[in-house]
Amino acid sequence: MSIQSINFEFIAKYLPLYAEAAVLTVRVAAMGILAALLVGIAVALVRWYRVPVLRQAAVAYVEISRNTPLLVQLYFLYFGLPKVGIIWSGELCAVVGLMFLGGSYMAESLRSGLESVDRIQLESAASLGMGQLLTMREVVFPQALAVSVPGLCANVIFLIKETSVVSGIALADLMYVTKDLIGLYYETGESLMMLVVFYLLILLPVSLLAARLERRLRFAGFGN
Amino acid sequence: MQGLGIEVLFKGKNFLRLLEGLGVTLRISVFAVLLSVPLGILFGMFMTMKNPLSRFVSRIYLEFVRIMPQLVLLFIAYFGVTRAFGINLSADLSAVLVFTVWGTAEMGDLVRGALISIPKHQYDSAAALGLNRAQTFVHIVVPQTLRRLIPLTINLTTRMIKTTSLVVLIGMTEVLKVGKQIIDANRFDYPTAALWVYGVIFLLYFLVCWPISVLAGRLEKRWR
Repeated sequence: MSIQSINFEFIAKYLPLYAEAAVLTVRVAAMGILAALLVGIAVALVRWYRVPVLRQAAVAYVEISRNTPLLVQLYFLYFGLPKVGIIWSGELCAVVGLMFLGGSYMAESLRSGLESVDRIQLESAASLGMGQLLTMREVVFPQALAVSVPGLCANVIFLIKETSVVSGIALADLMYVTKDLIGLYYETGESLMMLVVFYLLILLPVSLLAARLERRLRFAGFGN
Repeated sequence: MQGLGIEVLFKGKNFLRLLEGLGVTLRISVFAVLLSVPLGILFGMFMTMKNPLSRFVSRIYLEFVRIMPQLVLLFIAYFGVTRAFGINLSADLSAVLVFTVWGTAEMGDLVRGALISIPKHQYDSAAALGLNRAQTFVHIVVPQTLRRLIPLTINLTTRMIKTTSLVVLIGMTEVLKVGKQIIDANRFDYPTAALWVYGVIFLLYFLVCWPISVLAGRLEKRWR
């Protein structure tokens, strides 16, 4: 495709459509990531505190969620569950799917951070008279977070990329708009170009920010 | 008469058809992995070369492939390549192509990580023992990188299997599509078929990926 043959009129006309779709992608991703982080924190804490019963459930959840594709999870949530009366909108479904998938990834990253804190530090904190909450806040959390952050950042980028499959349950995201335009007008090059540009606009800043954060935290661990 | 949804799975050849559908994506992942592993090893070695040009080129390739959602790459290959070069790539060929391009990048990065994880003193010691470059590579570098790489490669295979589920979105007839056909054909006899069909597909993916993940986890622990 040479410069002359680019149909700028087409691009200008459908730019707003892409912007709208990008907003949907970002909105779904943001809500899904937030929900996944909450699930991840809960699961990581359950495993770290070795809560009986819940702990086994957490292990099962992590295995199931990590060993199935998001698209299949979404199909089940969106097309399957309404048959037993659970009817939800596509967008809610996408957020729940991202939460289900991302929760386990977040949990594993957080857990590796928590595990990196030697348990002897808990005893030391206790011997200094620090309570549970104080120990968590002042001793465990800062160290664990430094170890977890690279993993958490990678998960955020992974989950944003995964939102591209929500077009499978008829959400009008960037993929959906692109496919629609290719089918309608056959301006394939222009449509794909806008798709790539919009994903770069979303993902590049996040990726650069993540790299910065990682550099910043590289020496934050205890005893390094 | 309306039957129980689950019966639809055992009607005629339905279950067999689902398995065949799963076979379509599994075959793509097997091809892609078989191509990605050797190419990725070469790419990993290319990335660790001291030549700044090779670093720059590999960096661009790796970053672009990694930052784009795999579905975007699939769209580019399936819709874009056809349009730009007039080659009519079939859906399964473009899928194998894209997943090989993606797998090579991921595998290359794993190989690079394994190669640079070998401490410099290993090379110095080998030189002190009078091993030449080829001997150092065969007896020192390869055994150590292999132990690290094999579990990671197995993990990449499960990621590949999960990611190839995307091909339904470029119109391939794989397990999700077959599932939809079964549901549509039985809409009136088995109104709740969607729950069971998508539930079973979910389970099938888990049954394929989970043992592979367990194997990778075990090897990783044993060879640490």
